[in-house]
Amino acid sequence: MKLRSFTYYRWLFLFLAAGLCLIPLWATFVGGFKATGDLRTNALGLPKQWVFDNYLSILQGSRFWQMLGNSAIIALFTVLLTLIVSSMAAFTLAHLRFAGKRWIANYLTLGLTFPFATAVLPVFIRVRDLGLLDSLWGVILPQIAFNLSFSIVLLRGFFQELPKELFEAAFIDGCSYSKIFLQIVLPLSRPILATVGVLSLVGSWNNFLLPLVMINRDTLYPWPLGIMQYQGEYGTDWGKVLAFVSLTILPAVGFYLLAQKQIIAGLTSGAVKG
Amino acid sequence: MADENHTLKLKPTASEPGRPGGLELRPEPRRPLLRLGGSFQSGQLATCFLFLPPALLLFTLFVILPILESGWYSFFNWNGYGRPQRWINLANYIQVLNDPIFGHSLLNNLYIVLVSAFIQLPVAMWIALLISDRTRNSLIFRAIFFVPYILADVVAGLIWKYLYDGDYGLVAMIYGWFGQRAPFVLARPGWAMAAILLVVVWKYFGFHMALFIAGRQGISSDVIESAKIDGASQWQVTRHVVLPMMRPVIVLALFFSILGSLQQFDMIYALTGGGPLNSSHSAVTYLYTFGIKRMRVGFGSALGVVLFIICVLVMIFYKRLFMRDRPAGGT
Repeated sequence: MKLRSFTYYRWLFLFLAAGLCLIPLWATFVGGFKATGDLRTNALGLPKQWVFDNYLSILQGSRFWQMLGNSAIIALFTVLLTLIVSSMAAFTLAHLRFAGKRWIANYLTLGLTFPFATAVLPVFIRVRDLGLLDSLWGVILPQIAFNLSFSIVLLRGFFQELPKELFEAAFIDGCSYSKIFLQIVLPLSRPILATVGVLSLVGSWNNFLLPLVMINRDTLYPWPLGIMQYQGEYGTDWGKVLAFVSLTILPAVGFYLLAQKQIIAGLTSGAVKG
Repeated sequence: MADENHTLKLKPTASEPGRPGGLELRPEPRRPLLRLGGSFQSGQLATCFLFLPPALLLFTLFVILPILESGWYSFFNWNGYGRPQRWINLANYIQVLNDPIFGHSLLNNLYIVLVSAFIQLPVAMWIALLISDRTRNSLIFRAIFFVPYILADVVAGLIWKYLYDGDYGLVAMIYGWFGQRAPFVLARPGWAMAAILLVVVWKYFGFHMALFIAGRQGISSDVIESAKIDGASQWQVTRHVVLPMMRPVIVLALFFSILGSLQQFDMIYALTGGGPLNSSHSAVTYLYTFGIKRMRVGFGSALGVVLFIICVLVMIFYKRLFMRDRPAGGT
């Protein structure tokens, strides 16, 4: 009897919490199909009259696609270069011996101690002096740099766990270090590479402050900037804004469904970020 | 047992005293890669020169130098053009530390941490314990609770900006049920920050739940079973076995809350932009509004330095206080 009432409350509580989670999203999604008058009186229900124009005009215009494209380019280069640069460094720090190795390893993890925002102004000046302002590289390069610390920590930890016998065998067969790296270490490290890749992908895709500071030209806007600009233009024409918001949620949800495992793994291994 | 050890230890020296061959009993060479001979030494060096510089260069250029430079710039009154020339000593720091708006921003950061510690984390823990088993229902609920977390902060901000809109959103509708006109929550100095706190809880509790579920699943079921066999009730098991064993995860979750609070920008920018009357700034939106937007590089750099010091201090104290028992660098 006691047990049953417990499970009853448990379900009630869980459904309530799930409702609180999903209602805002539902309201956003259906809100994109509503006319202004409808939005005023009916935030949660289905539209009294379905308005498809909000969604259609966004999908047919070039702006939405352009900013998704910008974000995709930034994310692609950030992820690829983060993986390449940090795995090379992590390999050297995990398997080679040279003077000052510990110094370099500690140096490269300094980035874990402070958030990007604290250095944003000097980074802006640096990017400007390099002539990269108002270009996608002005976002990509600092993003990679700020990804390095956690990526190298994660990758190095994983590389060190790889069985040493493999490397010895490869050496005896006359393998060079770069060959060992490319043909033994990287293929064996797919899970951790996926984790690091997913972490930097999500970080890049959602990044707002950095592009906000670096990019002025709106044809280069990644989507988080674009969506704020769109909201600024249409103000409280919420039907349009909500449609726009809903459309930008879709890639995130799709990606989450695809890479759920890596995201959760990255999340818990992100613990080293502390 | 003791005998076996004894013979094992003695063997190398006893069989062939003084000869290096005796060392071969070692399970594996201590420095495997270095031992492979001089010819590889050069390969090592070349690899170092090839593999390390990209990371070192990027990291130095965009992370370390900027932090050092903000220390340098913070002593100047500089609008970012030309070279910094007007040295003004500590004036920027004095201005930052005397600005009541900055104090208020830090207070807002503290509110975020407190709400997280006393509302968000307990709720996340409660839910995590309810659905940490691997049944299908639990998996579905887990996915649902995680959804707000996968949204970008900007998106979460805009969604709630709509919901809080006194003319259109959910708040307006709820007031409408009672025949009242809704207030514009985000336009009231006393309410805006509270409204933001609610969004923070909504957005991030799924993240903490996921952490807690991972922690809960790390506890072996033997421990819990044996507690139950000893006659502990469900509540006693939770209170005296599960929660104490999850202490490291809880400490970690709170750490993430503090870190997240210190970085909070996107959501507040989307919701209120720090307003009304600068009442809902976080440290970083304050930095953006008063340093970056107006290109006051010196002032903004001083702010960055102050934030940097706060971050480092918080981390050191937090690690000293709570993370002592964790092995260094472990997950």
